[in-house]
Parts: sequence; structure tokens; C-alpha cells
Amino acid sequence: MKKTFELEDLDCANCARKMQEAIEKIPGVTSCSVNFMTQKMILEADDSNYEAILKEAVKTIAKVEPDCTVLL
Amino acid sequence: MKFKLTRKQKKMMHRIIAAAVLLAAVAAITHLFELPWWAELLIYMVPYVIAGYDVLKTAFINLIHGQVFDEKFLMMVATLGAFGASEYPEASAVMLFYQVGELFQSIAVGSSRRSISQLMDIRPDTATVIRDGVESTVSPEEVNVGELIIVRPGEKIPIDGIVEEGVSSVNTSALTGESVPVDVAYSDNVISGTVNLTGVIKVKTTTTFGQSTVSKILELVENSSEKKAKVENFITKFARYYTPCVVIGALILAVVPSLIQGPGSWEVWKNWLIRACVFLVVSCPCALVVSVPLSFFGGIGGAAKEGILIKGANYTETLACIDTLVFDKTGTLTKGIFAVEDIHPNLISEAELLDIAAACESFSSHPVAQSIVRAHEGHIDSANIGDVTEIAGKGVKAVIDGTLYYCGNSGLMELCGADYHDCHLTGTIIHVARETAAGSEYLGHIIINDEIKEDAARAISLLKMIGVKRTVMLTGDKEKVAKNVADKLGLTDYHAELLPADKVIQVEQLLSQGYKVAFTGDGINDAPVLMRADIGIAMGAMGSDAAIESADVVLMDDKPTGIVKAILTARKTMRIVKENVAFALAVKAVILVLGALGIANMWLAVFGDVGVLILAILNAIRAMKPVSID
Repeated sequence: MKKTFELEDLDCANCARKMQEAIEKIPGVTSCSVNFMTQKMILEADDSNYEAILKEAVKTIAKVEPDCTVLL
Repeated sequence: MKFKLTRKQKKMMHRIIAAAVLLAAVAAITHLFELPWWAELLIYMVPYVIAGYDVLKTAFINLIHGQVFDEKFLMMVATLGAFGASEYPEASAVMLFYQVGELFQSIAVGSSRRSISQLMDIRPDTATVIRDGVESTVSPEEVNVGELIIVRPGEKIPIDGIVEEGVSSVNTSALTGESVPVDVAYSDNVISGTVNLTGVIKVKTTTTFGQSTVSKILELVENSSEKKAKVENFITKFARYYTPCVVIGALILAVVPSLIQGPGSWEVWKNWLIRACVFLVVSCPCALVVSVPLSFFGGIGGAAKEGILIKGANYTETLACIDTLVFDKTGTLTKGIFAVEDIHPNLISEAELLDIAAACESFSSHPVAQSIVRAHEGHIDSANIGDVTEIAGKGVKAVIDGTLYYCGNSGLMELCGADYHDCHLTGTIIHVARETAAGSEYLGHIIINDEIKEDAARAISLLKMIGVKRTVMLTGDKEKVAKNVADKLGLTDYHAELLPADKVIQVEQLLSQGYKVAFTGDGINDAPVLMRADIGIAMGAMGSDAAIESADVVLMDDKPTGIVKAILTARKTMRIVKENVAFALAVKAVILVLGALGIANMWLAVFGDVGVLILAILNAIRAMKPVSID
């Protein structure tokens, strides 16, 4: 499943890069792209536990940049 | 560009101004009065905390999360280190400037994002649909295929469709960059995202909103930043190693030389500590990481405003180094519509010859006949035309005002025995003869050709001017016709009488010779060639899904000069990207070297971080301005 999420207050491009790299390492993630320019995240992951993976991704984002929130 | 600040940005700006004023006041106080070191430290801490308390907070949180290479954490270490080394004004100022840089970045990126999404202005908010004779305003998504929508002057056409009722003109500039309005009437296609100007029209939808042109374009532009250019991947890789390396360098600098030089002396430690702080201040690769995608995004956005959709940064990169352009003929260099090219009369005037031919052909629906009628422009009085007979494969004979005329190809002339001659021009020739008592009298001929687009020749000469080495035309047409077009346009090469598969072979041949090849076609039946070339450019794509999908670059209108604009935009973008990469890398490298040697101080370091960031962003914003070819 591939879904797009909007991110709020993603303020630094380097953080976006770090988020993307960290999320790509979550087991079950097929691909992830955190786009600083469009303030969007595209997350592609296994259908079976997409929700759990998404939760993990949201946590990862908060870890890299505490201000940044995912609009679900 | 308009700078509209968000609330968060406004708050940040106020904080920065407050901190700057305070910092100046503190600097003045410490200049005028001798204060003990702890008092000085204390008052410099005030603007420092005002400017950077959120940085400190985030740095702590990130430290707990184990993010030691976080830029905020590193900035905190650098500034606290500077305080430790008694460089109070520097420490405060670095934090202040860092925040200025962050704010600037946020404003610049935000406003360029907004200005690109002004393109998203083409997104219609509502549609007025007629259901059971009643108008109701709904969101465009709710309209089904085949429903009737009503569009008033000034409104955007929400969904692709066909005009059922009404006459109007439509402004397509949001999609094509072309400012001349297009007239529409019953049975004309209208494209979503264009603006209805003069009359009320009723439109029968032919797609859903999701499938309509406007949605496709928006999706395409939004997704374009997903396709990364090589230089972007390089930056990503570079950023991954740069920060850790610089931080390790700072650590070594802070500890090792002092241990060797004089572990007992505070002055020695202080000296090297400051050098280490300089390293930490320039440890963020932000200028690169922001400005490169910003340039690409800007370039793609700027081009989109001109009706040129580039599907990704990787295509921008390739487009910039194209040296060979291959064109399909029909519909790309020529209009794909027959038109009268020249009139060569015999015994009578040009206008008279055209009058006669138009009258003869006025009952035929053949494209060639239609082109003569179109060229005539005036009124044809059908009352004067009697007894029109079609002679299959040859032409027509018609009685006009009591005289019998023959109008057709050379076969017809032989049939009626007129003393005709062939033309030196190539194309379809229509001869005209008149029956007289003394036999058939030859009146001349009209040459009809698939018309070359108005700006095709200009596009080719511009391409040559900007250094494209080869311009090649591929066509399924006859050799003679192809040569004629190629000569008129000044193409370097042409290949005629090709089957679709041959076109792929021709492109492959050029590719194997090491050329960087872009192929331009109308995208309808040349998808394989579009895919095979380094860059596939589809032209006149308004409303053609196939073209939008198979090409890498899509020109919304059908002007060949769009190709020149696309290449120039790509080159400009690449130039900006390269400038930014070279500039940022060079400044950082120089500051690192000077910092290690103890020549660069904190002031220079903060320029290396924030200054470079701001300059790189300002440079990147230039990419958004469309290039002019006039």
C-alpha cells in the first residue's frame, strides 16, 4: 500500500533526509520519501501491518524533529 | 515574490529582532563599562536564550533520542563551547544568526512552494452541474462522466468535456502560457483548468475530475520532485558523511593538539576549543540540502507556468545536456492540417483561380478540398453552382455560371485534354481547367501542403544557436515531401518513408553514436520512440492522456519553440545547482581549513553556515523565473 501524508512544520531539509533514511530502515517499509519541498511523506509498506508501520514512522519523525507532525 | 509570514514565522521574527536589539545594547554596555567576567557572561546569555531557547530545547530532546549529529544539538555545543572559551559576543551572535538563517530558509521555501502552487490555482473548487433541469453547485469530484455542467464567464472549467450549448472564448494561459484566447462553440472540446471568458457555456463532461487534465497536471508537478537528479543523490550521500566527519574533526581538534601542546595551560585549551567550535558551526550541510532541490523545484515550477511540464529533476538534468533533437514531422513540425501553400494561375488572377477552385470543391469533405475552401475565406454562392460531378480518384467537374470547370489532379487534366504542366513545388497539386469552344483551357494550379508550423523554423534556428548539434526529422511521408520540409526548416538531417518501428531504430542509432537524444512527437502513436530516447517530449498534449503519460517532458501547446524554452530552463536550473554546490562546498572547505589553522573566527564560521545558506537560497529562487527566448 502506498499513501501520501502531509507534514506540518517540517523546517529543515537535512531533517527530511534523515527522517527518510530512518523510516526506510523500519522493517516492512518498501519505500519512503519525505519531501521537504512539498512537505509530504509518501510511505509504501506491507498492507498487512501498514497501521503499525505508519505509527512507527510517525514516531521516527518526532524523534528527528520534535516540532514536525504528520497530519493523519 | 510575495512574502507572507505564518504566525510561527512572525513570532520568530519578533524574537530575532528583540534578541538583536538586546545584543547590541549588551555589546554597548560591555564596551562602556568594565564588568566582571561572570556579569558579562550573564548579560550575554539573555539575548542568547531569547534567540535560541527552542534550539536548546530541541537539542536536549534530540540528545535523549541519541541524535548526536542533529544540527541543533551541534549548534548548542558550538555556542556553549564559545561561551566556555569566553567568546561571549560571538556565542550570542552565532545563535542569533543561526535563527536568522532558519527563518529565512523557512520563508523562502514556503513562499516558493506557494508560488509554485499558484499553478495549483488551476484547481477548480466547484462545479455547477445541471441535474433534472436544476443547477446545483457541487465539488468537481462529485460530477459523473456525461453530466451537463454550466460554466459562466470568469469561471474555471472544472472538468474536461464537449461544449453542448453556448459560444465563448477560453483563456488557456494557465495551462499553456499562451495568452491569446481560444474560441469555442458547439461540439468543441474544452479542457479543465482553462478559464471561460465571455459567454455562458454548457459542457458535457467526458471524464471524471480525477482523470481530467487539471488533476493530471497537478499530480505530475507534485510528483516531479520524487524523481531525483544525480546531483541530488550526490548531495544526499555527501550530507550523510559530511556532518559526522566534521564533528569528529572538531572533537580531535578540541582534544589532541592541546594534549600535545600543553595540557596544563587553559589558554592552549581555549584556543583549540574555539577552532573546534568553528568546525561545529559549519557542520550542517543545509545550504546544499535545501538549495539543490529548491532549484529543481523552482525550475520545474517556472517551466510549468509556461506550459512545459518536466516530470522530474532527473529529466531536467538530462534535458540540459541534450545535443540532438529528433522530431516527428506531422503534428510536430507541421500542423498536420492541409493548407494552400501557393497559387499559380494561368490566364486569370490568383483570386479568380481560388474562387473557381473553392466553388468546385465546396461540396467535398476531403481534407484537401476543405483546405481550398478555407483559403478562399469569402462567401461561396452555391446558387451559381450547378451540376457537380465527382470523378473518382481524379477530382470534380462543376458548372459555375454556365461554364464547365475541371478541378483535380493531373489525371483529370489528361482526361479533359487541358495543356497543363507540373509545378516545381512539392505537395498536392490541384489543377483547374475550363471548357471552351476551342477545347479545354488550362487556368493554373493550387499547391497544397501540410503546413509547417509558424514558429518551427524559428525553433530550429534557436536550437542551433543554443548549441544543439543535430536536428533530425523522422517521417513516414514520401522522400520528396520530407526533403521539402527539411530544407525549408534547415534541419541537419531527415529520414523519410519510415515505419513506426524504423523510427525507434533511427533513434537507437543516434544513441549508439553517443548523442544525447531528445525525441519530440505528438505522443499519440510514437510512445515507443518517446520511451527509447534519453528524453521524450510530447507536444500539443492538451487533453491527450497518452502523451502526458509516455513522455518525460510535456508541452501543453504545440509550438516547437517550447522545446527551446524547456532546454534553456533546464540549463539555467543546472547552472544554478552547480553554482550552489560549488559555492557551498568551497566556502565550507575554506572555512574548515582556516578554522583548523586558527585564522577563521566564529564570525566567519557563522557566515559559512547562515550566509552561504541565504545566498544559495536566493540563487535557487532565480530558477523559478521563466526564461525568455525573445
